[in-house]
Amino acid sequence: MFDPHVDDPFTIAGTAFSSRLITGTGGAPSIDVLEEALVTSGTELTTVALRHVSPTQEGSVWDVLRRNKIRPLPNTAGCFTAADAVRTARLGREALETDWVKLEVIADERTLLPDPVELLEAAETLVDEGFTVLPYTNDDPVLARRLEQVGCAAVMPLAAPIGSGLGIRNPHNLELIVEQTEVPVIVDAGIGTASDAALAMELGCDAVLLATAVTRAQEPGLMAAAMRDAVRAGRAARLAGRIPVRRYAQASSPMP
Amino acid sequence: MNAADRTNLIRIMPAKGVEGSAMRTSHPTNDRRDSRVVVVGGGLAGRVTAWRAAQQGLDVTVVEPSDARSASRVAAGMLTPATEAVFGEEPLMEFGVYSASLYADFVAELEAASGVPVGHRSTGTLMVAFDRDDLAVLTDLHELQQRLGIPTERLTGRECRGLEPMLAPSVRGGVLASADHSVDPRRLLDALAAAGAHAGVHEVTDRAVEVTGSLRVHLAGGETLGADQVVLAAGCWGNGITLPEPVVPTLRPVKGQLLRTRLPGGSEPLVHRTVRGLVKGSPVYLVPREDGEIVVGATQEERGHDESLTVGGLWQVLRDARELVPGVTELEVTEACVGLRPGSPDNEPLLGPTRVPGLHLAAGHFRHGVLLTPATGEAMAQALTEGSLPSPARRFSADREDT
Repeated sequence: MFDPHVDDPFTIAGTAFSSRLITGTGGAPSIDVLEEALVTSGTELTTVALRHVSPTQEGSVWDVLRRNKIRPLPNTAGCFTAADAVRTARLGREALETDWVKLEVIADERTLLPDPVELLEAAETLVDEGFTVLPYTNDDPVLARRLEQVGCAAVMPLAAPIGSGLGIRNPHNLELIVEQTEVPVIVDAGIGTASDAALAMELGCDAVLLATAVTRAQEPGLMAAAMRDAVRAGRAARLAGRIPVRRYAQASSPMP
Repeated sequence: MNAADRTNLIRIMPAKGVEGSAMRTSHPTNDRRDSRVVVVGGGLAGRVTAWRAAQQGLDVTVVEPSDARSASRVAAGMLTPATEAVFGEEPLMEFGVYSASLYADFVAELEAASGVPVGHRSTGTLMVAFDRDDLAVLTDLHELQQRLGIPTERLTGRECRGLEPMLAPSVRGGVLASADHSVDPRRLLDALAAAGAHAGVHEVTDRAVEVTGSLRVHLAGGETLGADQVVLAAGCWGNGITLPEPVVPTLRPVKGQLLRTRLPGGSEPLVHRTVRGLVKGSPVYLVPREDGEIVVGATQEERGHDESLTVGGLWQVLRDARELVPGVTELEVTEACVGLRPGSPDNEPLLGPTRVPGLHLAAGHFRHGVLLTPATGEAMAQALTEGSLPSPARRFSADREDT
């Protein structure tokens, strides 16, 4: 059921999307399971690691995206320096004929946290080269502001480390980022279950990006449905305006 | 077309070195319409099909190019349905358990028929978790194994190191799968080729480029083979073969890089059984053989028909192996290998008849080709003689994609 208040489109660099759930593809047990999950989720934008799935791979996730008319968002996962990420992004642009890139520059294998210095440098370079850059960033409001200032099309702060499923560790920082940012804010990484996705939307984020929360669930299709509904519910709650939190009870009907 | 015409088609142009080979067949030839079988591909799926079909009295020819790069020659040879179990792939695991149950008799028969020992080891598999997060994943896997009735035993870190003292002290715990064994896939291939030859299987060394609707197999060298039945068993290399109808889903090449190593002479064994580890979320294994070889692998990469050995791939394997069993640093590297596993869309193999009459598949075995070899042979023998699949294999029917 379409609800204009909930299914209000959001826009990245002039392109409107009606689904606010952006998915990744890593971790799926098979192509068929991945396809079922993506279709069920209703996603219209899906990110694929250029370093892990070559654009020339036959029978791959790229085919799944093509036949379901899901826009591909190549990413630079596995890159540890700005130069590495820029090179990978250029290869992706050539192979996939898209200027869009999810920029990841990782600091170390243990945490997979973004390296802020390399990230900002890579973002600047790629924006200058005409890319539409969606950077995966720390939940640091200052870094988010700098990324917006150099011309990124969105900022994508983490909820928690990649693949951890720890949920939103610093809701306060996310709220600060939402408050200050003009471009879309997309929570990226660390979502574990549906309530995490709903909370991100309630905090005012424009969209949620998640992968392993779905692909590594015991039933990926069912979790995809849960995430789809959670994102819509969280968005509706945000638009509806929640009640103030009170310390003591207040009867819903006046006491006689 | 009648049977006599088909017989005339069998070799429209004789292939080099096989002129008159039909006369060398040791089994009685017959006039059945299904008697002449061409198997495209000489990996395990193709060779086991050829051997089993020849045992049934069919006239079988295997077509394999001289530069074939079969995934079977690279595989480590783990027969490990329990430790390969994946949520949502329970039927595949059941088929793996079924095939594993055939292995001992299969090996005995094959070794007797070929005279080639295949290095079958019944020492089980220990799967260990490196840190707390890995242990949580292993706990889920163990629950899945229990639910499916697979006998595995949960062990503490101390118990794991009791079984395998060379494991790193940081190992948190593990699962012992006593029925997950191993075999040497290269010897298995050699044995199947020898047993096939004894049973009358012919060899054509060339690359198949097209199979027509009338079951003529065009070869790159310009020759053509005729047949009553054709089995496509070329793994992901089959994607390049022209077919009358698109009866095969695209099989994605899933690249694996691994190392073949050897203990220096006189050393005590590094590990006593197959050891698989989850190291900070990344899987790694060591498969020991009787002759002192230890296979250390493997990556799983989706890079098309890319067969390059990379620094990153080998580093990942070595990094995790070194964390798990620090003593691997003493191993001599004898070979670095790369192969392409044929991945079907649902990771399940494609077996038996397609909707093109006479055209069969034995393909898409992905990570499980060695394990599924006995069951594939059984399924394909029935497919070629009766046109149907035995019940354990029925779910994996090649024409399931037609719906």
